[in-house]
Amino acid sequence: ISTLVLAEHEGGLVKPSSLSAVEAAGVVCKEKSISVLLAGSGPRLQEAASHAASCHPLISQVLVAEADILKHPLAEAWAKLIQLVQQKDGYSYIMAASSSFGKNILPRAAALLDVSPVTDVVEISEPRLFVRPIYAGNALCTVRYTGSDPCMMTIRSTSFPISSISNDSKAGAAPISQVDLSTFSEETLGKSRWLKLASQDSERPDLGNAHVVVTGGRGLKSADNFKLLEKLAEKLGAAVGATRAAVDAGFVPNELQVGQTGKIVAPDLYIAFGVSGAIQHLAGMRDSKVIVAVNKDADAPIFQVADYGLVADLFDVLPEMLEKLPEK
Amino acid sequence: MKIMVAVKRVVDYAVKIRVKADKSGVETSNVKMSMNPFCEIAVEEALRIRESGAASEVVAVSVGPAQCADTLRTALAMGADRAIHVDSGALAPLLPLSVAKILKALAETERPGLMILGKQAIDDDCNQTGQMVAGLLKWPQGTFASKVLLDKEKQVATVEREVDGGLETLSLDLPAVITTDLRLNQPRYATLPNIMKAKSKVIKKVSLEELNVEIKSDLEVVQVTEPPKRKAGVILSSVDELIDKLKNEARVL
Repeated sequence: ISTLVLAEHEGGLVKPSSLSAVEAAGVVCKEKSISVLLAGSGPRLQEAASHAASCHPLISQVLVAEADILKHPLAEAWAKLIQLVQQKDGYSYIMAASSSFGKNILPRAAALLDVSPVTDVVEISEPRLFVRPIYAGNALCTVRYTGSDPCMMTIRSTSFPISSISNDSKAGAAPISQVDLSTFSEETLGKSRWLKLASQDSERPDLGNAHVVVTGGRGLKSADNFKLLEKLAEKLGAAVGATRAAVDAGFVPNELQVGQTGKIVAPDLYIAFGVSGAIQHLAGMRDSKVIVAVNKDADAPIFQVADYGLVADLFDVLPEMLEKLPEK
Repeated sequence: MKIMVAVKRVVDYAVKIRVKADKSGVETSNVKMSMNPFCEIAVEEALRIRESGAASEVVAVSVGPAQCADTLRTALAMGADRAIHVDSGALAPLLPLSVAKILKALAETERPGLMILGKQAIDDDCNQTGQMVAGLLKWPQGTFASKVLLDKEKQVATVEREVDGGLETLSLDLPAVITTDLRLNQPRYATLPNIMKAKSKVIKKVSLEELNVEIKSDLEVVQVTEPPKRKAGVILSSVDELIDKLKNEARVL
């Protein structure tokens, strides 16, 4: 049994969500036979490859595909690459994290390989038996893959925390090999072009991996008021999230949205200010370990999932918390 | 140019779903069904492109049991020109891969310049069909779109996508597949005259046999259960009490 993990990299490092996919691969692949596939071009790719080779004890091989067409994560080229690697090496499983990268690419590759993939796996019960949320997490569906190899899936990184990062850099590093791309040409390549990525650079931890998340809803009333939330986040070493209503109102950019169609988070501590608790939002944060809700409306559904609730005006609570919380 | 829009009939987004006692699925009888919200956005986007003059016809397509005709009727009432219903008969809900193969077969006869789908259905939350049909057709894909600009002369679509890191912009040669995110547009309501007009529009029925598509079932639902409930929390009276609880009871500070 061997597993291929499609990995994302940034700044010369494999992304933590991809390492969660390696953890999930470890559940089905007890023996050390997990290959990590990285693609792109330039020195950052090679740095990421060295990182992948030594950052996790379960990784046995790093495959590197270097080509200009793979410089940005275009689904057309990536799906073709996966098909190419699969045809050569015949993996039993192909996995990726349920990030926008994985969700964009993996189903396309699965169609090329004539496989029904499983989206958003939160539990691997048996090698081919998976649990995944449906109806925005209001039900859990257990599915069995009965088709032929490869079995393909995206996993929720919050359900597979990274347990075994190794820091002894060069000891036992996995071999790195280049994917032979000489046959890598197809009419679909070149039909799509990457133009740009507009992102907000932030000093704060990434929303998906932060230990503490503070979220604002429509109750925050303005983009300016979100700055109060940012101050609190700074003090707690937290990431800032938002509800769909707050994003739609233009208070914050879309990448901060937590919920069914936004980011799924499961931090140790989740503090929601002025969040009513629509099911679509709860779907994105219900697995947080401790949930705190601050809302004026005592009937807000968020209180039904909160461990600690404060029925109060967030504009009174926020400054008081800022003042009284210990420095991190 | 023709635009094909795929729509799915799902449990209405406002319904609080109930898991069946025998764990075989979610209760769908006597439950309000509607067009998947992401599909409504897809229909709206297709209509706007047609209204801008960049397309001449919008064809709505749905795959599923007989009642899908209602969903198609909604698309027609919104303004789609005609509809195709692929009747899956008594078959259990088809997997996204089979739906993608059906859409591919339809695209090969209809030859649209653009196919628009919702990025996911709010029942199974799969988020797969658009990517799969794009792969099968070898068309470029712009998933999770929050803005679409069509250049009729160059036959290129510029798509802004909602990705984890922010907003990504792609340029796609037509024909292409686009899947919609929530912020792409605000779908219109069907007006009464348009609902009346929709009654005379054509819904063509097509059987799976006619399309000659292989229906695969390589994924089997074993059971559907309720998620574990969070235990009821406590309402506190002050910020001091909250900080104390977080420090000494939950130990997260």
